[in-house]
Amino acid sequence: MTHFPLSKLSRRIFLFGLGAGFLATPVFALSEASAKTLVERAVADINAVIASGKSEGAMIRDFERIFQRYGDVPTIAISALGPPARSASAAQRSAFAQAFSGYMARKYGKRFRDFAGGRIEVKDTRKRSRLIEVRSIAYLPGQSPFNVTFLVSDRSGSDKFVNLLIEGVNLFQTEKVEIGAMLDRRGGNVDALIQDLRRAG
Amino acid sequence: MFTAAKSSITRIALFGAVVLVSACSTPSQPDGINDPFEQTNRQTHEFNRGVDRIVLRPTSNAYGTVVPERARNGIANFANTLNQPADVVNSLLQGRVENAGHSTFRFLVNAVFGLGGVLDPATDMGLEDRDTDFGETLYVWGVPEGVYGELPIVGPVTERHAAGKVVDLFTNPLSTVLEGPQAAAQTAANVASGFGTRYRLSDTIDSILYDSADSYAQARVIYLQNRRFKLGVDSSGTDLDPFEDPYDSLSPQ
Repeated sequence: MTHFPLSKLSRRIFLFGLGAGFLATPVFALSEASAKTLVERAVADINAVIASGKSEGAMIRDFERIFQRYGDVPTIAISALGPPARSASAAQRSAFAQAFSGYMARKYGKRFRDFAGGRIEVKDTRKRSRLIEVRSIAYLPGQSPFNVTFLVSDRSGSDKFVNLLIEGVNLFQTEKVEIGAMLDRRGGNVDALIQDLRRAG
Repeated sequence: MFTAAKSSITRIALFGAVVLVSACSTPSQPDGINDPFEQTNRQTHEFNRGVDRIVLRPTSNAYGTVVPERARNGIANFANTLNQPADVVNSLLQGRVENAGHSTFRFLVNAVFGLGGVLDPATDMGLEDRDTDFGETLYVWGVPEGVYGELPIVGPVTERHAAGKVVDLFTNPLSTVLEGPQAAAQTAANVASGFGTRYRLSDTIDSILYDSADSYAQARVIYLQNRRFKLGVDSSGTDLDPFEDPYDSLSPQ
């Protein structure tokens, strides 16, 4: 019903998408259609959890499962840790990824409650280099509709989310800044950071 | 009469822009985060956090608890309706004639059929809010973003956005028409609407200000991403590129 203007941004994204599409087609396994399906399935799962009326703790455990099923959590985690990940041991990296997953579920699971009674409509998809951008609009009761964008990649071997943008605010970069601050507070000690992360969120 | 008001508004706006823009001296391409006054900004951030903790947060919680949701939505709609003429002026200054017409119709529909702006039938008719401000007008005119900063009470800004906010105080044609109690009602609606927003986003704002390891850095990165998204700034290749591929940082190509 509501129509969205083709803004400067969307025109630019569109043209870039066209260009990237021509260049990338032969090697690009992930299709825009499969990325869209992935988002639609995740949205349906999230809506089901919100509608379940379970306790907050149970919902957060459900969100963590959804986060792990649809997102490439280890990649998001290690990439958010940045350069310190390179000198970390395999055990540290895996412990960090696990702590990060729980932290994200607790921190953002609480926020998903605000989506109760609302809906997310998938609008369109575009290729952005090797990522696929799935743009959607969230409609929540008593609020103006806002933009939610999912970024999907198949570089892990299967289609997974690697980022989420809400009105341009990008979860991955925002958490990279936060993880960096947590690590600074611990003088760069990754083990101490993992301990803090298990309690945070 | 409207034309006369508009031309005087335009003159004020242009004057303000010329005076203030001369302060923005940094390159036009945003390169991630440009925050040369970080130490001062961090002190202001601590002050703002104190103001939020002692005044804004408790007042917003009281407002949200005492005033029913319907009334809060009505006040927010009223404030939004009164702000539409400013959106029209800015859309015209940006050369976005379609948006100016859109916001004009939104204003008329809500003023006439929405009980003077308390209800929002316009959104259901496809006339959704296309919020803009003089900071966006400056962006359209090619004014550089300038440095990042945090101002007392106002919060995170760029130089360009701050200059726009000063001009925004004068660009609403309604403000030049409204006098006495009407003008006070407009100000009160804006303030109450602000408390309503602080209440509605309470969990998110609390988490940023009070739960994060570095609330200054969180507020800065969130503000810059959101502001550049709103304006349609192309951030690709910068530290804040929204389409950065996390796999690229894992295995250098």
